[in-house]
Amino acid sequence: MALYSVVRMLEKKSRMKDLSMHVTDIARNSVEAAASQVIVSFGLDKKEGVLEVKFEDNGRGMSAEMVKRVTDPFTTTRTTRKVGLGLPLFKMSATQTGGSLLVESEPEKGTVVTAVFDVKHIDCVPLGDLAGAATLLITGNPGVEFQFIFNANGHSYSVSTTEIQDTLGEKEISQPKVVRFIKEMIQENIKDIDFDF
Amino acid sequence: MAKVKTLDDLRKMKDELKNKITLREKADDPESLVQIKVSMATCGIASGAKEIMNYFIEELDNQNIDAVVTQTGCMGYCYAEPTIEVTLPGEKPLVFGNVTTPKASEIIEKYIKGGELVDGIIPDSYNTF
Ligand SMILES: Nc1ncnc2c1ncn2[C@@H]1O[C@H](COP(=O)(O)OP(=O)(O)OP(=O)(O)O)[C@@H](O)[C@H]1O
Ligand SMILES: [Mg+2]
Repeated sequence: MALYSVVRMLEKKSRMKDLSMHVTDIARNSVEAAASQVIVSFGLDKKEGVLEVKFEDNGRGMSAEMVKRVTDPFTTTRTTRKVGLGLPLFKMSATQTGGSLLVESEPEKGTVVTAVFDVKHIDCVPLGDLAGAATLLITGNPGVEFQFIFNANGHSYSVSTTEIQDTLGEKEISQPKVVRFIKEMIQENIKDIDFDF
Repeated sequence: MAKVKTLDDLRKMKDELKNKITLREKADDPESLVQIKVSMATCGIASGAKEIMNYFIEELDNQNIDAVVTQTGCMGYCYAEPTIEVTLPGEKPLVFGNVTTPKASEIIEKYIKGGELVDGIIPDSYNTF
């Protein structure tokens, strides 16, 4: 993203309003890094008020220097490359609750991004439409194998591109007629395990 | 209608749909479908790209328009987010910028259904794509 776009974003008052937007954004980084597999897992402990969100991919990865730069873009001296906002904004949403963001990566191997949120903190962003975000990532990137794992208070639900493609056929999953049923399925199951805060 | 909750429900729902529409034949020939790609980088998402993608999915479903709706990265038009690329069967892809819900509706009604050009086409996209 060019710097003028950052200004433009602020002007338009567009921002990351909820976790589902961050999830789309960070998972799309894995797709852009040519990952063929992406695992997104959520662990919610309501009693403790802790939510952990983890993204694991087998994409092209990053060097140690790059990892440092992507989470702190404004502290580096380099100005020639474009500014990424996705990870810094995700980090901000996590740390403003007293939580954290960790990026671990190895070139040619893959990347793991882990964020921890204190969901009882007043500054914690809401969940937003998490089922919708998972659905659109699965149906909107048919060449990438996504797996979403939701854990909440001892209950668990998992859904993947592979099982949906095996059920529906590979090419059908991006068609509007079926997308809404996939979303409904994910929504019902998340509700069932009471994944909410 | 009962809600879809298991993969088995999903399979049944699809079989029901297959009787009504030509889901498979068309899917095997993506060229015959309207293709919509929604730009989903940070700038797009923050400007509402997810809502726009949902809008297209719902509206195309409601109107029984056979389409494939997918995500794409930053197309380089951050100033005009949300941006989408629309490819009608047999046509060159066109990129539309500042796609709000009313604009999305206009794109469906005029361009997708009627092949009529509407405001908001990013001129660069004529050359880039
Ligand atoms: N999962 C990943 N695998 C490999 N590289 C990554 C990954 N996530 C981020 N990166 C690298 O870090 C950079 C910064 O990511 P960030 O999400 O902050 O912004 P961006 O994706 O570049 O741009 P935008 O703000 O438009 O999303 C990316 O351009 C990419 O080079
Ligand atoms: Mg990004």
